[in-house]
Amino acid sequence: MSDALRTEVRDWMETNLAGRFEPLRHRGNAGDGDALPELRKEWERVLADGRWTCPGWPKEWGGRGLSVAEQIVFQEEYGRAGGPGRMGHIGEGLIGPTLIAFGTNDQKERFLAGIRAGTEYWCQGYSEPGAGSDLANIRTRARFDPASGDWLVSGQKVWTSLAHLSDWIFVLARCEEGSVGRNGLIFLLMQLNQPGVEIQPIRQIGGGAEFNSVFFDGARARAADIVGKPGEGWKIAMALLGFERGISTLGQQMAFAQELNLICEIARENGAAHVPELRLRVARAWAGLRAMRYLAMRVLSGDPSGETLRETLGYKYHWSNWHRDLGKLAMDVLGPDANVVSDDPRHERLRQLFLFSRADTIYGGTNEIQLNIIAEQGLAMPREPRGNLS
Amino acid sequence: MQPANDQRIDSGNGMDLVFSDDQKMIRDEATRFLADRSSSERVRQIVQAAQGLDAELWATVAGELGWCAMAISEEFGGLGLGMSEQMLLMEAAGLRLAALPLWSTACMAAPLIAAVGVDAAKAKLLRRIAGGEAASVAWGNIGAVDPLAHDGFEARADGGGYVIAGRAAQVTDLLAAGIVLVPARLDGELALFCLPAEAGERRLLATLDGTRQIGELTLDAVSLPASARIDAAGFDAAAARPAIESAMLGLAAEQVGAARGVMDITLNYIAGRVQFGRAIASFQAVKHRCALLEVDFSEARSLIYGAAASFATATPDERRSEVAASRALASALLYRTSEEAIQLHGGVGFTWEYDPHLYFKRAQAASSLFGAPHAHLELIADGLLGAKGPR
Repeated sequence: MSDALRTEVRDWMETNLAGRFEPLRHRGNAGDGDALPELRKEWERVLADGRWTCPGWPKEWGGRGLSVAEQIVFQEEYGRAGGPGRMGHIGEGLIGPTLIAFGTNDQKERFLAGIRAGTEYWCQGYSEPGAGSDLANIRTRARFDPASGDWLVSGQKVWTSLAHLSDWIFVLARCEEGSVGRNGLIFLLMQLNQPGVEIQPIRQIGGGAEFNSVFFDGARARAADIVGKPGEGWKIAMALLGFERGISTLGQQMAFAQELNLICEIARENGAAHVPELRLRVARAWAGLRAMRYLAMRVLSGDPSGETLRETLGYKYHWSNWHRDLGKLAMDVLGPDANVVSDDPRHERLRQLFLFSRADTIYGGTNEIQLNIIAEQGLAMPREPRGNLS
Repeated sequence: MQPANDQRIDSGNGMDLVFSDDQKMIRDEATRFLADRSSSERVRQIVQAAQGLDAELWATVAGELGWCAMAISEEFGGLGLGMSEQMLLMEAAGLRLAALPLWSTACMAAPLIAAVGVDAAKAKLLRRIAGGEAASVAWGNIGAVDPLAHDGFEARADGGGYVIAGRAAQVTDLLAAGIVLVPARLDGELALFCLPAEAGERRLLATLDGTRQIGELTLDAVSLPASARIDAAGFDAAAARPAIESAMLGLAAEQVGAARGVMDITLNYIAGRVQFGRAIASFQAVKHRCALLEVDFSEARSLIYGAAASFATATPDERRSEVAASRALASALLYRTSEEAIQLHGGVGFTWEYDPHLYFKRAQAASSLFGAPHAHLELIADGLLGAKGPR
């Protein structure tokens, strides 16, 4: 079954990721997320026509109902073929499953088809300037408008990936005046193209701008666009993160393997392959990547006994630090060639790897937060005390 | 070796890495049993006795519980289970620093017989091992990543039999083993001999790690009957690779188990140790160091489980790299975990009374066997980058 699927995906990618889509190969991954946006949206629609968007969704909502193992196969082959970073990832992997689980029928009817078809794009409104690692500290306010039954939102979200290329945003906001922490929050679906929403790009370390600040000034979330009840926002927001099981990281690992490959290739060309220290670091990277693969398979296989929970907790720390180290290794292998722009596209890819992998250990839970989680949830060590500064 | 390519770096198909109920049962039973029978007190008695062997425990696990029969095929009296089950047992043994010749016997000697032995030798020797007899191999250099590249012994035909001479400076579980295998150079080829009982000079060595027996074997022109030779007509190093890699992977699993053991001891200690009015486990500086070890632990263990699951099906190059990676990670993991254990225990960490030193000594000793981490990494680098040339 999985071999047949593997062949099917491989053939499909070979046939379709070609011609005018050729430039998309290996593009649009983290750090390069704003590359070729229009072409990537077209690519999403080709994927949708092939029924390869949302393959893990249930069939009634246009998915293929693939098992976890089958989704892994799809992700691996997509990544192996150099499939571009998915513009529809937030819709497909995060808000879609959340709506399937918690949305009203009306919400499912209105939103799922657009995500599946690659015609509507979503972004995530969680982090704020004062709420990074401490997400529950969000200040964006949602005020009920009795006249319309809608909610009026004011505040600022930050690090919003691809907001400038998206149609909708899901927003975690505070709906109860005076509430603190996880209480009194609301989970809203909001159109970006409306008065009272302003999007400002944030230029990042590598020069690109896939993140944004999103400012809300009395912008409107319609009454029909609340997920869950007012006050239940935290529950929905956390459930959403739970849907990101990391299956897409298997595809990401294929990109990592290609990066390591490039590094080996260049090392053999420029003589770095003979430097003892670099040889050991390349070998260590290979070992880490192989371990990462088996670790992911253990984590994703979802042992029903929960035995793999501890490993699950460490997975993000492992891959992000591995990848960050790979960026430094790439530069050390390139040597002075890394300092100057060259015609060799491999050099630019590795330079971006070096720069953007600094973000890997910060977004999605910083190293420091990850280590707290591993210590507290995995090793049952005492919890961090909370301070009371505001 | 082939240079790197996509296939090599990202190959491997999906496999099920969730343990079956049977596998979990083997692991849980072994873990429970050794928690009771290889307690800290017991291990200390063994260290004190300076034989590197818990003979009583061995009689039970090998003779009664059939631990050595696990991976031996059914036709030779074994249970016909695979590398994964073997790894789970080794992990359980490492967890308690059980002073058993299990590694030498089940991961090294039995696979070597299975790899290069003739059928008659397999029928006889594997059956004895499955029945609980300890065995070991006298490698020329037990510290080398390729222990066959170093000749320890020379043999020559003599009348109807052979004369063999040479020395193995360190043979694990030498005095515990009823079956001692000796790879020797014979007319430029490799041959494998099984020493008759009492043949040669076998000297017990005093060791850094008191939980593993090491002996020195000297053969001073010892005459052996023709029947002592157990390979068909010479074998090459490639034929013995599966056995050597089985030994490496088994050792890695044992190291990972020991890392878990010393980590558990440490977590337990720091949860109860109070300073500044709080358990020292509540300090973030302490929590983060434990969490980092946990990340490394998951990394090494997942790699070993994956390498074990694909051991029988991987290509030789692939398997060699995965095993080398397993050893490199496991050696580094156990050393780091045990040195952190001493540090996190504070003053009592460097006393005889507390257990971290037992693991610390095991860590150093084990990492020197069958290739230090850098040697394994160099092996992987050869595959990815080609052999090292002059710079």
